[in-house]
Amino acid sequence: MDAVFKALADPSRRKLLDQLYIHNGQTLGELCEHLDMTRQAVTKHLALLETAHLIAIIWQGREKLHYLNPAPIQEIYDRWLSKYERHQLDALSELKRKLEETNKEPEHG
Amino acid sequence: MDKPTFVYVTYIATTLDKLWEALTSEAFTQQYWGDGQLQSDWEVGSSVQHINPDGESDWQGEVLQSEPPQRLAYTFQLPNETELQPSRVRFELEQSGTTVKLTLIHDRLDTQSCLNVSRRWTVSLSYLKRLLEIEDGLAWVA
Repeated sequence: MDAVFKALADPSRRKLLDQLYIHNGQTLGELCEHLDMTRQAVTKHLALLETAHLIAIIWQGREKLHYLNPAPIQEIYDRWLSKYERHQLDALSELKRKLEETNKEPEHG
Repeated sequence: MDKPTFVYVTYIATTLDKLWEALTSEAFTQQYWGDGQLQSDWEVGSSVQHINPDGESDWQGEVLQSEPPQRLAYTFQLPNETELQPSRVRFELEQSGTTVKLTLIHDRLDTQSCLNVSRRWTVSLSYLKRLLEIEDGLAWVA
C-alpha cells in the first residue's frame, strides 16, 4: 500500500490517472498529447504507477495500452470504509458533485 | 480486434487451481454474484447461464476459451440486448511469487454498460479476493 500512496502523492501522476479515467486504454503517445511533460517524464511516471498496480498494461498487437486499474483504490476503500456507510457516502459525494458542477472547478484539489 | 473497455488486475494470495475453481464453480459464483449463480460445463462452445434466485436465466453467453487454470473467456449478453454485439470477458491467471495475478479484461461495452460493469466487477473481484484469502487464513488456523 506504500507504493500506492507514493504513486498518488504527485500531481503529474494523478493527472495521468485522470487522463485514463476520461479515456481508458491509451498509448504513451496519446497520453503525451494532453500533458505538458516530456515523453521521458511521462514514461517514468507511468513506471511508478505500474509498480503500484494503479495502471495495467495490455498489449494489443504492437500497441502498449495503459488502463486505469481500480483494484488498489478499491482496497483502500475496503480497508477504511465500512460497508454500512457506503450508501450514505455515495449520497453525500453525489450531493457534493452536483453542487459543485456549477462552479466549473477543473480539478478537485 | 476491439480495444478492451475495462481492465482490472488484482493479486490474490491463493493458488491457480483455487482461483480457477472460484471463477467457475456454481457454489462459489452464487456467493460471489450474490443474486444468482453461473452454470456452464466450461467447455469451449458451451453456454454460460446466469441463473437468478427465481431460477430464471438473466443473461447468457458462450465459452470462447477455456484453458484451466490459466485462461477463461466467455461472452455476456442481456436478453433485451440481443441486437447488440455481445460483450466479452476474459480472465487470465498467472502465478506471481506467492500470489496469483488475476487480469480481467472486458470489452465490447457501450459507455453506460461500462459504468455498470466496472462498478460491479470492481466490487465482485475485491470480494472474491477477500473470500479466497480469508478461506486460506481459516484453513491456516484450523
